[in-house]
Amino acid sequence: MSRRNNVWYSLDWYTVALYLLLVFCGWISIYAASFDFDAASTIFNFDARSGKQLLWILFSMMIAFVLLMTEPRTFVSLAYPLYIVFLVLLLVTIFVAPDIKGSRSWLVLGPVHLQPAEFAKYGTALALAKMLDNYDFDLTKPRCFFKACALILLPVLLILMQQETGSALVYLSLICILYREGMSSLFLFAALCAVVYFIVAVKYASLEWMDTPVGEWLVLMLILLVLVYMVARYLRRARFLYVSLLVVAVVQGAAAAVAYYLYPFNQLYVAGLLLMTAVVATGVLYFKTLQHKLWIAVVFALFSAVYLESVDYVFTDVLGQHQRTRIEVALGIKEDPMGVGYNVNQSKIAIGSGGFWGKGFLQGTQTKLRYVPEQDTDFIFCTIGEEQGFWGATLVLTLFALLLVRIIQLAERQRTVFGRVYGYSVAAIIFFHLAVNIGMVIGVLPVIGIPLPFFSYGGSSLWGFTILLFTLLCIDASRNDSF
Amino acid sequence: MLAVILFYVTRLFSLQVLDNRYNQLADNNAIFTKVQYPSRGLIYDRNGRLVVDNQPAYDLMVIPREVAPFDTLDLCRTLGITLDEYKERWRNMSNRRLNPGYSSFTPQLFFSRLTVEEYGVLQEKLYRYPGFYIQNQSIRRYVYDVGANVLGNVREVSVQELRDDSYYMQGDYTGDLGVEKSYENYLRGEKGQEYFLRNAYGRIKGRYENGAYDHEAVPGKNLTLSIDIELQQYGEMLMQNKVGAIVAIEPSTGEILALVSSPTYKPSMLTGRERGRNYTQLFENPYKPLYDRSIMATYPPGSTFKPTQALIFLQEKMVSRYTAYPCNMGFYARGIRVGCHAHESPISVVPALSTSCNAYFCYAFRSMIDDVEKYGSTYNAFETWKKYIVNMGYGYRLGVDMPGESRGFIPNSDFYGKIYGSRGWKGITVISVSIGQGEVLATPLQIANLGATIANRGYYFTPHVVKSVQDTYLGDDYTQPHYVGVDPSYYEMVVEGMRMSMVKGTCRIGEIPGIEACGKTGTAQNPHGDDHSAFMGFAPRENPRIAIAVYVENAGWGATYGVPIGSLMMEKYLTGEIAPSRKWLEERMLNANTMIQEEEKDVAQE
Repeated sequence: MSRRNNVWYSLDWYTVALYLLLVFCGWISIYAASFDFDAASTIFNFDARSGKQLLWILFSMMIAFVLLMTEPRTFVSLAYPLYIVFLVLLLVTIFVAPDIKGSRSWLVLGPVHLQPAEFAKYGTALALAKMLDNYDFDLTKPRCFFKACALILLPVLLILMQQETGSALVYLSLICILYREGMSSLFLFAALCAVVYFIVAVKYASLEWMDTPVGEWLVLMLILLVLVYMVARYLRRARFLYVSLLVVAVVQGAAAAVAYYLYPFNQLYVAGLLLMTAVVATGVLYFKTLQHKLWIAVVFALFSAVYLESVDYVFTDVLGQHQRTRIEVALGIKEDPMGVGYNVNQSKIAIGSGGFWGKGFLQGTQTKLRYVPEQDTDFIFCTIGEEQGFWGATLVLTLFALLLVRIIQLAERQRTVFGRVYGYSVAAIIFFHLAVNIGMVIGVLPVIGIPLPFFSYGGSSLWGFTILLFTLLCIDASRNDSF
Repeated sequence: MLAVILFYVTRLFSLQVLDNRYNQLADNNAIFTKVQYPSRGLIYDRNGRLVVDNQPAYDLMVIPREVAPFDTLDLCRTLGITLDEYKERWRNMSNRRLNPGYSSFTPQLFFSRLTVEEYGVLQEKLYRYPGFYIQNQSIRRYVYDVGANVLGNVREVSVQELRDDSYYMQGDYTGDLGVEKSYENYLRGEKGQEYFLRNAYGRIKGRYENGAYDHEAVPGKNLTLSIDIELQQYGEMLMQNKVGAIVAIEPSTGEILALVSSPTYKPSMLTGRERGRNYTQLFENPYKPLYDRSIMATYPPGSTFKPTQALIFLQEKMVSRYTAYPCNMGFYARGIRVGCHAHESPISVVPALSTSCNAYFCYAFRSMIDDVEKYGSTYNAFETWKKYIVNMGYGYRLGVDMPGESRGFIPNSDFYGKIYGSRGWKGITVISVSIGQGEVLATPLQIANLGATIANRGYYFTPHVVKSVQDTYLGDDYTQPHYVGVDPSYYEMVVEGMRMSMVKGTCRIGEIPGIEACGKTGTAQNPHGDDHSAFMGFAPRENPRIAIAVYVENAGWGATYGVPIGSLMMEKYLTGEIAPSRKWLEERMLNANTMIQEEEKDVAQE
């Protein structure tokens, strides 16, 4: 009973204050975003979105209160059951949800619309924390690693089946936690390579130089570079790196010169030949040095090559047309201000026209006159950018940065693996939302419809983040207790 | 993580603070500007007769953004254009080089100046063509269909004007030529603007800032010309089938009473839809009707120049009233001969003017330019001469309130120095300038201005065609007299000579019963063909009310066309009619055709 008296004392009020500030700003922004010049209403009008959001906010306070009153051990014991409940819920949703804008992710219970994907993150974060908390769990063991991955990917699969790609991607941020908990950096490196290869291959896909497809050639060169780097690193011989690079540069340069001056031919053959030579050479080196890790480099290079061949297939056949166009617009390959690019273009205009000080509260023409779509949900940041300008937008980003830094501090000061993993999960999820959402509205990332935490209109999203955050605060408040 | 946030902040900074494009884009999105066109100012003549007013016309506008699929062929049929023309119009409209102000959000001119009938048909069907609407415009109507060179016309603004003056938008109209151009800023008024907020679906959501930035159109100001439109009409009639110009000035004010350039055209030709075709025709016409000869053409002034010489010689004390020079059918010196005709000899200044004696002016000019004792050098002597001529309004633009005035040409000492070497020329070398030939060139306006100067006995006001602009003070450019620097008593001698010319000299065919007119003929040689027939004069002798210059190209003696036309103009202006005894002369002038003669000659030469 002692901690119940202590919860208000040991609660991290700093985080609570940041939370309240963000939610308050969000509420004001929703009022501004849904404000209509002709039919002005007060912020407390419960028929309008601002009024409803106020209800959601009050309700989320209640949730927060209940969570703080909860015994922290409950979360540990409920982790798996919750995870399973949410999985079932996600599964059920696929079949019973109505089709809203092409996705089946909303459960309709009378007047209440709920998006289970928003809550399933919570269950997944708890379950992951609990799994890693097991004393004999070791991420370097493949069995454990795959178990953890399966735990994360299971809900992703279900959400993908709901056609809700944006939410599914959020779960991938949890993989970063695994790195913090001892996963080999190779996987992160592989993921980074995959993303870079993909972008390079797609962005330069249509570019040709003297019969050479530049996109593929660049990726082959990158793969070669990575292979040489890995070998040099594993053998701890820097000179090897320089010599190989010199050889590659000379051979490729000579081939390019031939193509340019004498006879144009596909440079891919040269690059491919160089890569094959490098792979074979690595194999030979293994037998000389018996350094096992060299196999990793070989496998990595071979997988990369296969991956490169599949990029084109994935891009044209697996992705939908709208996803493809979104990616092309974000990479600057295509300009499509009337079609897919319309949203981003208008949202950039809204933010860009805000200037340094903004146009003033309720003075944004771009958002008030509905030029920006989804402006109270996914594109809410436009309203802030237009009406409060650079100053306001930066303030909001700063608040988020403070919150994230604080959450990581909280995570690091946990005494249990459970608490720490969970804390990192919260930070990862919030950060991913923030990065993707704002990257989208300022035209840096493709359009991926996920909400901005605490700002976007909607109960599901607000409650989801409230639950995530206050569960952490609850766990944190009892960090000094033993349990 | 923080790096990502920092990257976003810098990205926001470049988007919001460094890049100003987006402001404009947002305004283009949200603010719909509705333009109210003011009515263009009316134009009256000096007697308050209405000359130009407006009549309604209709422009078909389109907001490309709001166009939805519709029956294109039906619209083409209504407008009487083919589908290809329709597509062509779209292409030209959205071509930003031809139409810099193009935006798919703002109204664009699609089809200009529909007639009332076309408007009627279109108005009924308009609801079927989403995005199109009709904008009321007005076009010029000419009550007196004369004076095209003075009035000018109204046309669509050019690409260049769109760039230079932010007032204009694509499809606006502006004045071209004449006072429509030079007084454009008064005539056009001020466009009104209403700003509305428009949402993403094109619906109007109320006034921008509650109409704080709206303002009403201000109608253009009315002009009152100094032109007597009936005199102008009469002048154009007299000049029909002749090439040349008439300029009539009220000496006491500098107000231009008539400014005729011939051949001319009806100003109404350049209104409405036929404008383009007519303009091309006028532009390609070999007689260049669009070229305003009265202020742009430069001719050798011929003998109309002689009064200036008399004045200079008298003022410089080169001659007195009684100084006489011999004339035996011309001036002979050092192998140079300037021919003359039969008259008394020796001759003094007054009869020299009335008989237009070449020899007198050559002798006097030579004695002045070669008077090294008085001036120190030929150079200085000629510069002194030139200064007087410039003071009389030659050699530089007079500053008439019309576009395109020429400055004519008066040589100076350096000019001759370049040709002959600084010591290589004397009075005899440049003797022909003394009789208005040689290098001297003047516009008909400058010649008429000389008439006004003599009428005023020594000063002139800058000639102008606009008497007043409604509610506007035009400054004192036209009310400050310009003094020549020659004593009025010398002017009296010149006046006497010009009077004698009318009574018994070269101008006697133009003597008007009951009016003491003064005049000077001019028969200007020119290298391109027959002599030009010229006349410069004013009337009456005391308190003159009209000064005039007539210039008829390739028409022979000054007395053949110049004097009759000049005297008829003066008579018409002063008495309102032509005396019965002179009807035959009027008849002859109206029927004369100097252009046919030329054409016949061309044929003969071939």
